[in-house]
Amino acid sequence: MEILVCARRVPDTSENEIALNAAGNDIERDELVYSINEADNYAVEEALQIRDRVGGNVTVVTVGSEEDEEILRRELAMGANQAALLSDEAFSGSDGKGLATILKDFVKKGRYDLILTGVQADDGAAQVGGMLAAMLDYPFASLVCSITVEGGKLRVGREIEGGNHEINEIDLPCVLSIQTGINEPRYVGMRGIRQVASVPIPTLGVSELGVDTATVGEVAARVKRVDYFVPAASRGAQMLSGTREENADRVLELVAARGGLK
Amino acid sequence: MARIFVYVAQKGGVVDDSAVELFAAAKKLDAAALPTVILTGWGADLDAACDSLSSSFAEVWKVANPALAYPNAELVRQALVSVVPPNSILLVPHDHFGIDLAPGLSIKLNSAFASDVLAIEGVEGNFLKLVRQEFGGQVSTHVRCDASSGAVITIRPGAFKAEASAPVSGVVVDKSSAVGALTARRRYVETIVAEAGDVDITKHSVLVSIGRGIQEKDNIGIAEELAEVLGAAVSCSRPVVDAKWMEKSRQVGSSGKTVKPKVYIACGISGAFQHLAGIKGGPFLIAINKNPKAPIFQVADVGIVDDILEFLPELTNKARELRGVAK
Repeated sequence: MEILVCARRVPDTSENEIALNAAGNDIERDELVYSINEADNYAVEEALQIRDRVGGNVTVVTVGSEEDEEILRRELAMGANQAALLSDEAFSGSDGKGLATILKDFVKKGRYDLILTGVQADDGAAQVGGMLAAMLDYPFASLVCSITVEGGKLRVGREIEGGNHEINEIDLPCVLSIQTGINEPRYVGMRGIRQVASVPIPTLGVSELGVDTATVGEVAARVKRVDYFVPAASRGAQMLSGTREENADRVLELVAARGGLK
Repeated sequence: MARIFVYVAQKGGVVDDSAVELFAAAKKLDAAALPTVILTGWGADLDAACDSLSSSFAEVWKVANPALAYPNAELVRQALVSVVPPNSILLVPHDHFGIDLAPGLSIKLNSAFASDVLAIEGVEGNFLKLVRQEFGGQVSTHVRCDASSGAVITIRPGAFKAEASAPVSGVVVDKSSAVGALTARRRYVETIVAEAGDVDITKHSVLVSIGRGIQEKDNIGIAEELAEVLGAAVSCSRPVVDAKWMEKSRQVGSSGKTVKPKVYIACGISGAFQHLAGIKGGPFLIAINKNPKAPIFQVADVGIVDDILEFLPELTNKARELRGVAK
């Protein structure tokens, strides 16, 4: 099976506190640690496991700049067969639809049976997978938490309310957005990344992909982020500022007053 | 102002609670508008759902088709593309169904798409000023959405409060004939109900709930010791389950369990809305987190900025002293 995974490099929320910059028009990016978006990493792992069961190839693609190549190399070290960076001045400022358009043009250059995305990026909108599927006229399922290959079809579980799973049968080719927790992504060490250091990663732009520049970038974006802000606390917690010992005493008083600690 | 529609799923004739919230959101877009609700389904269930909404919406568009008996997003999308007029604004709940339906629908309608919107701050001509969050609620953003060729907007559950409005005698308009043949390449098979698990966190009045701040599986014992002395159970947020450190049955949130404890001690939990959606009944919420900007402090009653790996053992020792329990 030919599998394509669309991934993104994002500020890692487990490594950073996200704060506003002085101008308030962006988050403070100077000291940020970036990594592959968590759900996208699960998508790559799922693709590798399917490939290892039924054969085929896994390709990882991202839309971005040179800096984003590091996540592609990381996913190659995990075991992806190839990677591609989609990068062009004309792509900058794209909204979700613009990103989906660039990916659609890339997909049409190849032949993929299965396309995976993460369900959502930390700074995203859970939109690109569903848009890409609609542009390609492929079936789509979101929030996927299990995949079984059954001939020319897949049996996929979707995570719905209350931890229940909705099981669907879906025809190939299709697009699935992968929920975190679907598998246990393998560890990638520095040594693994060094081993793929010389694997070429092609960079493809407007001319290679045949992108209509009127459909991407700032010019095409109908949805634009204007600014970042931190909303004023509506109520906010009463913050305890004592020593660790004093705070622990206070918490126990509060818990006891509400029927705990019996 | 474009015509405003809301779409809500119904199952077995019961309309999703989000209908009143979407109505409130539509009023924020245009206070004078009479939003139209669209319902899809089949048979008596659909008729019952249409009737129940005709007292709150002036117009209810009914799309009946046997293929729509179960809300399969692929088929619902085909139906909506046939009935929604060009350049309309369509509101959909940001839940597991909306996430499935809305992005692709916006492409097929050639509309703008904005997702997980929690406030609507204004409308200037064809431009909508919307509020979203990023990074698990750590920061908010204003988003400008060009709705000149329509917009599909998903609305965060719970963000818009239902407003009391006088009952109307709405009309049900049958739009079924506008929908042609529906073909599914994705077919619903069955629903698998979540396993109960060894501990029922929904039955406990005190919960010690752990998040990413617990850092590794071996540290869970710290929370278990505290829970034992408090007579509490240990629950958790999504990252702990994703890492396979605790069973899914311990997860609090929109994709886990809904709990109603008296006291909820959130330990190393950032406070993403999906997690908060699982905490009901207004418990006394104590939050401990290293990050003073963690969104959990916005909703907690009492907050402590500290490392849970240091603070929880201290709390456990103090509780043992208080109860005279030997170590």
